[in-house]
Amino acid sequence: MKPGHGEVMIAEGDVDTAEDRERLIEEFRRQLDQGLWAAVPLAEEDGAGEARTRMVTCFDDIPRSTDRVIFFPRAAGG
Amino acid sequence: MVLALAAAALVVIALLAEEFLPLIAQSWRRHRARTRVVQAPSYDPGRDRRAEQRARELLRSCVNEEEWAMYRELGFIRVWGTLSDGPGGTGGAPYGYLIYPHKPIVSFLAQTHRLLNEYCVAFPDLERPYGSELLPDSDDVLAKWMALTGDEERLLAEANMHLPGRQLASEKVRRDLWRLGRWERARLRQRPDRATAQPGS
Repeated sequence: MKPGHGEVMIAEGDVDTAEDRERLIEEFRRQLDQGLWAAVPLAEEDGAGEARTRMVTCFDDIPRSTDRVIFFPRAAGG
Repeated sequence: MVLALAAAALVVIALLAEEFLPLIAQSWRRHRARTRVVQAPSYDPGRDRRAEQRARELLRSCVNEEEWAMYRELGFIRVWGTLSDGPGGTGGAPYGYLIYPHKPIVSFLAQTHRLLNEYCVAFPDLERPYGSELLPDSDDVLAKWMALTGDEERLLAEANMHLPGRQLASEKVRRDLWRLGRWERARLRQRPDRATAQPGS
């Protein structure tokens, strides 16, 4: 998510391909290093009750079934 | 004698050059930077609208059908809280949050609709040149929704908590809760399974 832009695609690839996986991991780390939060919206059947989003801080925590990770600015007191 | 003076002059010039050349170069760079013509991005009146459109599509793809309809028709999303003792201690009573775009999140008790707190939270993008702009409305709602449903405790810890009514009028929030109840009852009546179940019941 980018102010003034909405959704911006950062990187895409196939995690089963070594080259793509490396690139995705690198980009994932870069986004977190910039201070963004990473979240994976879960399908309702995957979630437990209302836990419908998984906040991830490690690439390996991303569920294999998901097809996207959303990065958004870190929350701050408004 | 002349040769000695010339040598001395050369040494002095070399020493002075070593001292002053960086300053001169820096002054030149500053002058170039001051006088450089920077092309301002042309004003695009449709940019915010397109950004909001993309944000709405993203929000729609993340929340469920009921929440999407709630946001589209009422302008906010309700999320049920999951902390065992609630925010600030509800004694285990069920509670929820109303998420508005670019306004505080309001917590309330589910049964009595008593307002509990306002949570002022923002998602500032510190990366230039976007630092001064806000997320599109629907992105702001989605960010709050993800943060609440993903790590409620952390979001509450980051937010500034206030008593209800500080930024959002309590009457408005209570009216929204009333609208939400009416909206849910209307949806329930329109559900096809209920419509088919009624005649036989």
